[in-house]
Amino acid sequence: MKANFVKAAIGAGLLAATALAAPTAASAKTLVYCSEGSPEGFNPSLYTAGTTFDASSRQVFNRLVQFKRGTTTIVPGLATSWDVSADGQEYTFNLRKGVKFHTTDAFTPTRDFNADDVIFTFMRQFDKNHPYHGVSGGSYEYFNGMSMPDLIKDIVKVDDYTVKFVLNRPEAPFIANMAMDFASVLSAEYADKMMEAGTPENVDLNPVGTGPFQLVQYQKDAVIRYKAFPEYWEGKAAIDNLIFAITPDSTVRYQKLKAGECHVMPYPNPADLTAMDADEDVNLLSQEGLNVGYLGYNTEKEPFTDVKVRKALTMAINKDAIIEGVYQGAGAPAKNPIPPTIWSYNNDTVDDPYDPEAAKALLAEAGYPDGFKTDIWAMPVQRPYNPNARRMAELIQADWAKIGVQAEIVSYEWGEYLERTKNGEQGTFMLGWTGDNGDPDNFLAVLLGCDAVGGSNRARFCNDEFEQLIQQAKTTSDVLERTRLYEEAQVVFKREAPWATIAHSIVFEPIRNEVVDYKIDPFGGHIFYGVDIKE
Amino acid sequence: MLGFLLRRLGDVIPTFFGVTILVFLMIHLIPSDPIQMMAGERGVDPARYAELQKEFGFDKPLVVQYFNYLGGVLQGDLGKSFVTKRPVIEEFTTLFPATIELSVMGILFAIIIGLPLGVIAAINRGKWLDHLTMSLSLTGYSMPIFWWALLLIMFFSTTLGWTPVSGRLSVFYYIEPTTGFMLIDTLLSGEKGAFTSALSHLILPTIALGTIPMAVIARMTRSSMLEVLGEEYIRVARAKGLTPMRVIMVHALRNALIPVITVIGLQVGVLFAGAILTETIFSWPGIGKWIVEALNRRDYPTIQGGILMIAFVVMGVNLFVDLMYGVINPRIRHKR
Repeated sequence: MKANFVKAAIGAGLLAATALAAPTAASAKTLVYCSEGSPEGFNPSLYTAGTTFDASSRQVFNRLVQFKRGTTTIVPGLATSWDVSADGQEYTFNLRKGVKFHTTDAFTPTRDFNADDVIFTFMRQFDKNHPYHGVSGGSYEYFNGMSMPDLIKDIVKVDDYTVKFVLNRPEAPFIANMAMDFASVLSAEYADKMMEAGTPENVDLNPVGTGPFQLVQYQKDAVIRYKAFPEYWEGKAAIDNLIFAITPDSTVRYQKLKAGECHVMPYPNPADLTAMDADEDVNLLSQEGLNVGYLGYNTEKEPFTDVKVRKALTMAINKDAIIEGVYQGAGAPAKNPIPPTIWSYNNDTVDDPYDPEAAKALLAEAGYPDGFKTDIWAMPVQRPYNPNARRMAELIQADWAKIGVQAEIVSYEWGEYLERTKNGEQGTFMLGWTGDNGDPDNFLAVLLGCDAVGGSNRARFCNDEFEQLIQQAKTTSDVLERTRLYEEAQVVFKREAPWATIAHSIVFEPIRNEVVDYKIDPFGGHIFYGVDIKE
Repeated sequence: MLGFLLRRLGDVIPTFFGVTILVFLMIHLIPSDPIQMMAGERGVDPARYAELQKEFGFDKPLVVQYFNYLGGVLQGDLGKSFVTKRPVIEEFTTLFPATIELSVMGILFAIIIGLPLGVIAAINRGKWLDHLTMSLSLTGYSMPIFWWALLLIMFFSTTLGWTPVSGRLSVFYYIEPTTGFMLIDTLLSGEKGAFTSALSHLILPTIALGTIPMAVIARMTRSSMLEVLGEEYIRVARAKGLTPMRVIMVHALRNALIPVITVIGLQVGVLFAGAILTETIFSWPGIGKWIVEALNRRDYPTIQGGILMIAFVVMGVNLFVDLMYGVINPRIRHKR
């Protein structure tokens, strides 16, 4: 199919005399993205869904520091540089000058971005008495979820272009948190103006940011339109218009891509991958996701208190069969608890081999020559890190039966599943994690730290040696030193085997051939600054 | 006529209370709540959980929650969505026109195709034309909507390129909604080609949604026609020497229509159910898709408000259908 949009348009009985709004120059470049759903709103600090971030933070806003596109590396954003005090408790950001905010129908900025905007952005979330705190429902789940209220002591405006964050304790991952979506910087001037007008919620509905695209129109469940912001501080985007055509069904998204009705689509249906790969008009991109799917052992419950039992069960699992049968090729075997796209991933750890004989021997050594009875908890939902937990449970059940372990598969409704596994009712359980900020701490401390037992550490793993390493890594901001500590922590993890690490899923993104320089975002986002369309 | 109308309206009130109680209870029977769904693997600490429960009003007993909700509804306040924090009624009124537009087209399609098919089948009873139309309608009735819709898309949109794949309007038109009905808005906008685009986007969803009601109407019309065609007065009409056309269209069809209209009225409920699937597949920004999404996120106010509004519409349509009987058959009006 050579002609793209034109063919589709003519086929539909339209003539393409129709570019956007005012008939802009015929050469205006428009990229259409078939997004999967409607955003919850346009202020990323209020929400948690990736769909919302795609529509807001990733196009309309900037953060003090940002992730280099396609990586988890932190680079300067609205801050040109930052200094960390010797005790690791003060972060001073030097702000970029000459950054413009968008001009909209409701707001014309009179000044450039400065420290007031940073103070407004974070104080709104931090200070319960801030006039904006309660606006639009006022729940800042990511800010809370990343423990920012406990971590931050104060936020100080040093001068118009310097802001200092004072922390209650040294916390190296703080800088990565500042690159997260919830830390997107809003305009304080716009907020003041809306408050005066008595319509503060407009700040969250009609966003004004500093980002590469500005919102033009949003029609719920139908379409979101953006135009390139000509005064963007990194230079105007290569495309002139960006359109999100909201298309919830994945098969239909692919039909639209084929028909030339969109250029990029997220979350393909695994059943369509073969066809996409063979499609001449489509370029199927893929990358390992920032996630891990695992089978955890409840390390506080007999017999999983014994590392030999955990090791034996891990060695009995045929991981390759799972990758093939459950992930259908869209997964890579995992040996570490963090995915390879995260810095400090330890390439030298050796994975436990699939060896039922050795597993049986080890089990006998642990005092279970005839095996034992247990359960496997399988999540009732499909997640990026585990497309079919039930199927995976069945495969593991069969593997374990070979070494004499009789496992019963248990499942609950999703909310209940999470609640019960948190309380430690399970023997073994399936779950996974998708990274928030690309920091190893976000996996290792959140999922395996002692503080997280009774919370997201559902294996209830609390090992002194491991804990010391990750706590030490939290308090130093020297990246080399942190890397060394995390690498060592992964060795301890491997030795202690609180989980059988199963797989990192592979993310697929089909794009049309005419799309240039599109990169898969390790955080699962969809970013269109830096993307171009071939004529 | 007024008494008839009042009696019918009187029936609506208990139905309304029934719907509110049923919806409210059923929602709270679904395990897990919006807070857990939002938190996912990340979880939420107990203090924050309690805080959010209070914010959503879940800390009060269920009965209190119900009466608070009912109080709001009676004042026209359906609450705010937990997810978007926008008033439910506002979201409903934004999305509802799209559903009406699609449903009206769907039912028109069903009637325009279904009625003649039924009549043709009835007057050709037992002949190949009868068998053909009836097997067509049986196929239509048995077709799962999502599958039928995907077939239509793959054939007409991807292979032939005749119709757009999904959506309501080509994204290259920029139209501010005034009425919310795309056919009207595109006409008002005066933009060249916009109306044709809107119309072409309606074709496949209309067929997908209208197929089942079309099949039902065709079968109902056939059997009702067959019954009427056997009546004495039809024989009399024929004996008088009236043209077969006049006998069928004026004498038979009018009398055969009563049960058909009942069925058309009942199909409105079916249409809303079908709209959920049709809207999801064709990316149609209506209330069907909206409610499904709300269910997935346990967005209670949206689910409750949405279902309540749909119940109102279905009740309204059925009231209208009842009134239509009176118009077609005056005897019904006078019955007590």
